[in-house]
Amino acid sequence: MWLTKSSVGRKVIMSVSGVALVLFLLFHMAMNLVAIFSTEGYNMICEFLGANWYALVGTAGLAALVVVHFVYAFVLTIQNRKARGSQRYAVAERPKGVSWASQNMLALGIIVVVGLGLHLFNFWANMQLPEVLHKLGMHVDSATMASVADGSGYIAKTFTCPVYAALYVIWLAALWFHLTHGFWSAMQTLGINNKVWFCRWKAIGNVIVTLIILGFLAVVVAGFFGLGALGA
Amino acid sequence: MDKNISFTLKVWRQRGPKAKGAFETYQMKDIPGDTSFLEMLDILNEQLVNENKEPVAFDHDCREGICGMCSLYVNGHPHGPATGATTCQLYMRRFKDGDTITVEPWRSAGFPVIRDLMVDRTAFDKIQQAGGYVSINTGGMPDANAIPIGKDVAEEAMDAAACIGCGACVAACKNGSAMLFVSAKVSQFALLPQGKVEAAKRVKAMVAKMDELGFGNCTNTRACEAECPKCVSISNIARLNREFIKAKLKD
Ligand code: HEM
Ligand code: SF4
Ligand code: FES
Repeated sequence: MWLTKSSVGRKVIMSVSGVALVLFLLFHMAMNLVAIFSTEGYNMICEFLGANWYALVGTAGLAALVVVHFVYAFVLTIQNRKARGSQRYAVAERPKGVSWASQNMLALGIIVVVGLGLHLFNFWANMQLPEVLHKLGMHVDSATMASVADGSGYIAKTFTCPVYAALYVIWLAALWFHLTHGFWSAMQTLGINNKVWFCRWKAIGNVIVTLIILGFLAVVVAGFFGLGALGA
Repeated sequence: MDKNISFTLKVWRQRGPKAKGAFETYQMKDIPGDTSFLEMLDILNEQLVNENKEPVAFDHDCREGICGMCSLYVNGHPHGPATGATTCQLYMRRFKDGDTITVEPWRSAGFPVIRDLMVDRTAFDKIQQAGGYVSINTGGMPDANAIPIGKDVAEEAMDAAACIGCGACVAACKNGSAMLFVSAKVSQFALLPQGKVEAAKRVKAMVAKMDELGFGNCTNTRACEAECPKCVSISNIARLNREFIKAKLKD
């Protein structure tokens, strides 16, 4: 299969999974903004995305995308290190036009995945997971069950803690760097690029990615300062 | 007139492919600024021969930027600090009196060191032999002129054909990827009517050979185009990806 056996194919896997995740982030960010304006509205969305078949299929799909992207990130990096050889240059200078993010995609990705773990612990483990366990007939205490759709409550609880707020800001910063390179790089890998579109994809990518990150950041800030519907 | 400069030269010395290499330091005195980098190495070698020492081995041929043989990694850049120029087109006036200049061979698993600053680049020949040619009868020059080709397309093909196969793109790449070279060789044909006929077969064969020889997966860092002495653009890599994906989807 050329997707796994050729270098270009492996990059296609990376870019398609990456772009799919960007589309998900766009949706997730838009959804989160509701929490700033309406507690009922946001918790309704949370209920809607509880342990229903469509939400579970979506979650499984996302998990698969992250695993594929993550596994191929390591496969590519290991192959590339081998191709580079063991002997390093004594003097190395980053040439003009080479972004810092482009040379540190794996490190940035690892920060993103650690942040994702924290995020699942803060939210998913209190919301969708107990509901699923409950449906499977396992015991979940009633206080947890009562708040599985209280997304707004968990946002307020998490981000009033300065340590969590700071960790989420670091996470979002790493994601911003990862995606400012990742977005146009994905277009380049898929071959939908040329001299004219190079600048366009870069600009489009920077706008989309910055909007995504600012949207998420707004919720962290609103949670931290208790603004809007996230106030007391 | 350029000023004369004196500087310290740190050169990678390695007796053979398997031998362990190390840097040797040499003091260079009163080198005129209009000496080319390779002429400066000739001066060093003459000194070494006079002292009954082994001269430094390095590749070179045309010394005018067209053959692609010269391959030195100077102060952290393939072909040195100048842009759009090969090592043989680099002049000592770029450096300052008292500088330390570090000279290394291309470093990539695909280009093993033969001796000192010389590396084995036959991997590129093998990729070319896999499909970097046109095997149909395209007629003579008048026949070519009978096919109208848009100016922008002709220019783009010519820019790709400017690649001299020096390997600086691989040397610059943190992934040891040969994509810029292969994409230039694929593009110079894929853009033109005579080359389009075999485009799908060519791109598959050349990428397969490139992968088989162990070159890395391109992650679009753009170090290659920044260091390429012929300013070959990464838009060629996008074309290579496009041609490859199209060819595979058709199969
Ligand atoms: C799970 C942790 C992650 C790791 C370890 C990781 C790592 C990487 C690596 C090594 C690359 C290759 C560099 C390149 O191709 O330019 C890459 C590319 C990319 N990543 Fe990630 N990443 C992760 C998470 C994410 C997430 C969550 C997203 C999206 C929201 C994402 C989007 C992208 C995109 C769009 C590309 C560009 C694909 C391409 O160049 O062909 N990554 N990632
Ligand atoms: S693409 Fe540029 S750097 Fe690479 S081999 Fe051709 S001329 Fe040299
Ligand atoms: S010696 Fe021919 S390009 Fe430098």
